[in-house]
Amino acid sequence: MADEEDESPETELSYDQKKEIAKWFLLNAPAGEINYVAKDLKAVLSDEEVYNEAAMEAFPVYNKSHMICIGRVIVSSYSEITENEYLDPRTAQVAIVDHVKQICTNVRPADDEELPSSYIEEFRCALDAEIQRYVSESYPKGVSAVNCVKGKDADGPGSNFEFVVIITAMKLSPQNFCNGSWRSVWNIDFQDESQVLDIKGKLQVGAHYFEEGNVELDAKKEFQDSTIFQSADDCGIAIANIIRHHETEYLAALEVAYSKLPDNTFKDLRRKLPVTRTLFPWQNTLQFSLTREVEKELGLGK
Amino acid sequence: MEAALGLLRRMPPKQSETALSALLSLLPQHSSDLLSQVDLPLQVLRDAESRKDFILCEYNRDADSYRSPWSNKYHPPLEDALYPSSELRKLEVEANDIFAIYRDQYYEGGISSVYMWEEDDNEGFVACFLIKKDGSKSGHGRRGCLEEGAWDAIHVIQVGPEEEEMAQYCLTSTIMLSLTTDDEPSGKFGLSGSIRRQMKMELAVAEGHLCNMGRMIEELEGKLRNSLDQVYFGKTREMVCTLRPPAEIVQMRLPDS
Repeated sequence: MADEEDESPETELSYDQKKEIAKWFLLNAPAGEINYVAKDLKAVLSDEEVYNEAAMEAFPVYNKSHMICIGRVIVSSYSEITENEYLDPRTAQVAIVDHVKQICTNVRPADDEELPSSYIEEFRCALDAEIQRYVSESYPKGVSAVNCVKGKDADGPGSNFEFVVIITAMKLSPQNFCNGSWRSVWNIDFQDESQVLDIKGKLQVGAHYFEEGNVELDAKKEFQDSTIFQSADDCGIAIANIIRHHETEYLAALEVAYSKLPDNTFKDLRRKLPVTRTLFPWQNTLQFSLTREVEKELGLGK
Repeated sequence: MEAALGLLRRMPPKQSETALSALLSLLPQHSSDLLSQVDLPLQVLRDAESRKDFILCEYNRDADSYRSPWSNKYHPPLEDALYPSSELRKLEVEANDIFAIYRDQYYEGGISSVYMWEEDDNEGFVACFLIKKDGSKSGHGRRGCLEEGAWDAIHVIQVGPEEEEMAQYCLTSTIMLSLTTDDEPSGKFGLSGSIRRQMKMELAVAEGHLCNMGRMIEELEGKLRNSLDQVYFGKTREMVCTLRPPAEIVQMRLPDS
């Protein structure tokens, strides 16, 4: 945070510098906490103009990266038509949103140019249905969307197209000082020539617990898989199965990582007890001199 | 000021330095409050003469120089600097030696430093015990589990004057840690956070201050480690299972629907 001029010992921050700092705080808010951060930030800044401008710039980025659900639409870069308009392909409607208030101000039917062709829609719809079924089974608070991000105007076989499947779930318990979010983004690349579907997934899980302390979980994983190009229904089922398989495995792996913590991973930071399995003998000063000799002999320490 | 602390509690623990410096530039008038209430990962300097590293903190700082507990000299050199009395320095030397062994027993590596100074108004003194451990594979991580791992412990004890062979000890301990594993099945898994607690005790001085302080630190450090592991990390684990319950639970539901 460099100062602009050196005219006085305590230089005031410029408007732009304050705005960048404000944006940084907003963008780094954990899932579901941006409004609490906003409240504290306003108090610290005590400059409404700077805050408002920072909010106008930061909220859309935050909302899209956290893929929050406003109204019934998932706000993301994949469903974005303009900065304030987001497509819900399932209902063929476009929601107009106010990012800072995180509400839907209006809904309009989507134009034909905004929607995929009926050929593409067949695939999209089949996949959407399978994903919805999977999400309702596995995620108590999950929502999903399937957007066509490339090739949406193809009107028959012979072209490539690409879908993005989004699954997000958020659990907010501010009264228990605990918030968490799960975000899956799966890219499905339909390749006509090789008749193969290239699947790439990115999962991100976060949790924040802050009762008399502050602890955060930040976990990420990427996946790659593929399957053959089949009918719309069969593709839908195959893709959903692949996603279900990888996500279930990932969850199990996370559990393993957590279970290894107390006795393995954590030990690399601090053991629960010394190797002697007893507490440190503070009162025995003579023993220390001996220990020091031994340590030197063994060449221990740095 | 409360809002500033609120912000710090919500920012990712790994970004606490950036967050603090942002707040300091926004609220220069509160800088001493902010600096005293917020702990940042510890910095280290090399004491070339003693060929050892020492930890930097407010308690061994004078102007822009820091005093090494090994040589008792300021880096960079400083004239008319503050030093503990020779009696207290003796205790400080012993504390550093013993604490280094304690540190090795629990941390199997890392760096430690102890600083002591007299309190102006009463006859007691304050001691600060610091530990910094790099537990990553490339650092002192014995088992190679961690891609990245840092543990910073700051223990500040206020020792009251001796009265009728007893003394009051007030310990404030802060632990800051972060760990990241990067394995095939679980991908990048990172946990980070900080926690602070206090402990007050009145103890007999018979076995010496070091013994009493050492035991308190050991006890509180152990409690904080367990708390971080079971409560804090445990809550994040619970949250993951709430977001996506493990498959067994889901399967049990199917027969009903």
